[in-house]
Amino acid sequence: MTTLLEARNLSRVFGSGPKANVALDHFSLTVDANASSFIAIAGESGSGKTTLARLLLGFDRPTSGEVLYRGRDMWKMPSRDWWQFRHEVQAIFQDPFEVFNPFYKVDHVLSVPISKFRLARSKADARSQIENALLAVGLRPEETLGRYPHQLSGGQRQRLTVARALLLQPRLIIADEPVSMVDASLRATILESLRKLHTDFGISFLYITHDLPTAYQICSNIIVLYRGSVAEVGDVDLVIKTPRHPYSQLLISSIPEPDVETRWDDDETLPSRSDVTLAPTRGCRFADRCPAVMPMCRETIPPLYHVDEKRAAACFLYRDLPVLLPTGEATPEAVV
Amino acid sequence: MTDEVLQIRDLRVYYHTPSGPVKAVDGIDFSLMRGERFGLVGESGSGKSTTAWAIMRMIKPPGVIESGTIRLGDTQLSRLSQPELRNVRLSEIAMVPQGAMNSLNPVMRVGDQILDGIRTHRNGSASRDLTERLKDLLSMVGLPPHVMNLYPHELSGGMKQRVCIAIAISLQPKVVIADEPTSALDVVVQRQIMQTLSNIQRRLGAAILLVGHDMGLMAKFVDRIGVMYGGKLVEVGSVRDIFLEPKHPYTQLLISSLPSLDAKGVLRGIPGTPPSLLTPPPGCVFHPRCPHVMPRCSIEVPDPRMAGAERWVACHLYT
Repeated sequence: MTTLLEARNLSRVFGSGPKANVALDHFSLTVDANASSFIAIAGESGSGKTTLARLLLGFDRPTSGEVLYRGRDMWKMPSRDWWQFRHEVQAIFQDPFEVFNPFYKVDHVLSVPISKFRLARSKADARSQIENALLAVGLRPEETLGRYPHQLSGGQRQRLTVARALLLQPRLIIADEPVSMVDASLRATILESLRKLHTDFGISFLYITHDLPTAYQICSNIIVLYRGSVAEVGDVDLVIKTPRHPYSQLLISSIPEPDVETRWDDDETLPSRSDVTLAPTRGCRFADRCPAVMPMCRETIPPLYHVDEKRAAACFLYRDLPVLLPTGEATPEAVV
Repeated sequence: MTDEVLQIRDLRVYYHTPSGPVKAVDGIDFSLMRGERFGLVGESGSGKSTTAWAIMRMIKPPGVIESGTIRLGDTQLSRLSQPELRNVRLSEIAMVPQGAMNSLNPVMRVGDQILDGIRTHRNGSASRDLTERLKDLLSMVGLPPHVMNLYPHELSGGMKQRVCIAIAISLQPKVVIADEPTSALDVVVQRQIMQTLSNIQRRLGAAILLVGHDMGLMAKFVDRIGVMYGGKLVEVGSVRDIFLEPKHPYTQLLISSLPSLDAKGVLRGIPGTPPSLLTPPPGCVFHPRCPHVMPRCSIEVPDPRMAGAERWVACHLYT
């Protein structure tokens, strides 16, 4: 297998000393260059998912560990490789409002990559590439081109950023909360267009989100992050339907499902308090909130245990099972 | 009906811009019963937050409440002067605005911020009573008493939101309006906050108007739902009726577009784009996106009609 992008023991610490905040703790991940995958990275705010996206995109340097692009350390590779990296790995960001320069027509955001990467042989070729990219994400070129960003809705703008990423025919798209700022009625449309890019063009996706129902709908594998560490990783159906890590269980049971048959019962016992000040801990980071906490959880960080064939969980409840990887290292490929 | 605590009739709120009036809320009617939880849902720009601000009579220029009545118990909020409104707000009707937790004063202790409103409304309370009251309020929202001595930056997002709820309920209002009270919070914290709200609501017997776009949250929490689209209320019904048997085509599409943890399938969005409120389409505002559009839909505005018990829908399919 040729790896396109690999995170190897990636950590990012903000600040130093006793107040240091470990945003990401020894995280590993591999994206294959040939077989396309759709991986969700799920977690709450503060879980380190955006830090991870920034590290993988080369916007930020890891404190330790490395990001390898086609086997080369990103921060040691020559500019020619960066150029190729920027071509093959694309990003879609959360806020479809901040991506655009309000003084330029939206065409700008599409024509710049074409000229930078010399994608087109002629003006007509450039035009047809732009139109095809727009059509692929469900936008009508005649209604979109020639307009200014403020004349388009949030959903249209977000689809434009998807079209821009598509123009470069990337191998991998890292999408950081691409639909969280888009209205419910348009969310499904955008996710469907991402899925189409995956099936029609074989583009791999890292879908970073806090929204588990959408991850369940479009991804095949999922990594659940909690405060910078992997809690559970594996096949999306297994993790969502039968979560094994107590954090995934709490997270999934808290999703307000649009289902009136199971209402939140007022008398239900409240899940353990999450407002407790999160002090640095030697052991499992979820120990303070965990309903199944044991003394050992406060002493050592649990490794990932191979819970079943296609999934692993970092929890001592499964300490009788074989260890998949030493502490904190996770690659969904190793599981699935 | 005697059980109505809040009654909104033909409310219209327009924002006057150089290009003409933006009809953010364009003639809506609904009521809140005593102790009820009512959800007002809609996409951004549908007018749900504007409705909430209008009920509080806190619409700022260029916005104007063009017409309509807002009645709280026996009081016509829509007729009160600003000094009279100051007395009613917080004590009779309170609001937790969107992003409230970020509007706490960073240089004031949490306890003083909660007491601010109580002191203004009930001057002359002995300070020992106030400390007791403060402890009570904090425990009602699930916070330990020592939080009163902390500053906002020492609290997590969920704790700050609880403080805002404590402020809103400090004078035991009849109606609490919560505008996306959990939109910036984690799902786990969100659930805790919603449970806090429902416990309080049962203890105080207050009615809650929950404004938001998260249909899942509505399904779990509210008793009745009003669906807004393009400044109009297109459907009102019990939460069960709305989810199990939605009548308005917009509600139907909205519900079928929700990603769920049940069946995997093709994700279906609602085609088209939300309407411009500056130049809304003629007739029914939803007709350009409606799969059941008929010729009359682009001419006549559908009136809300009764469609079953406690059920209203504004659609020509049902006339």
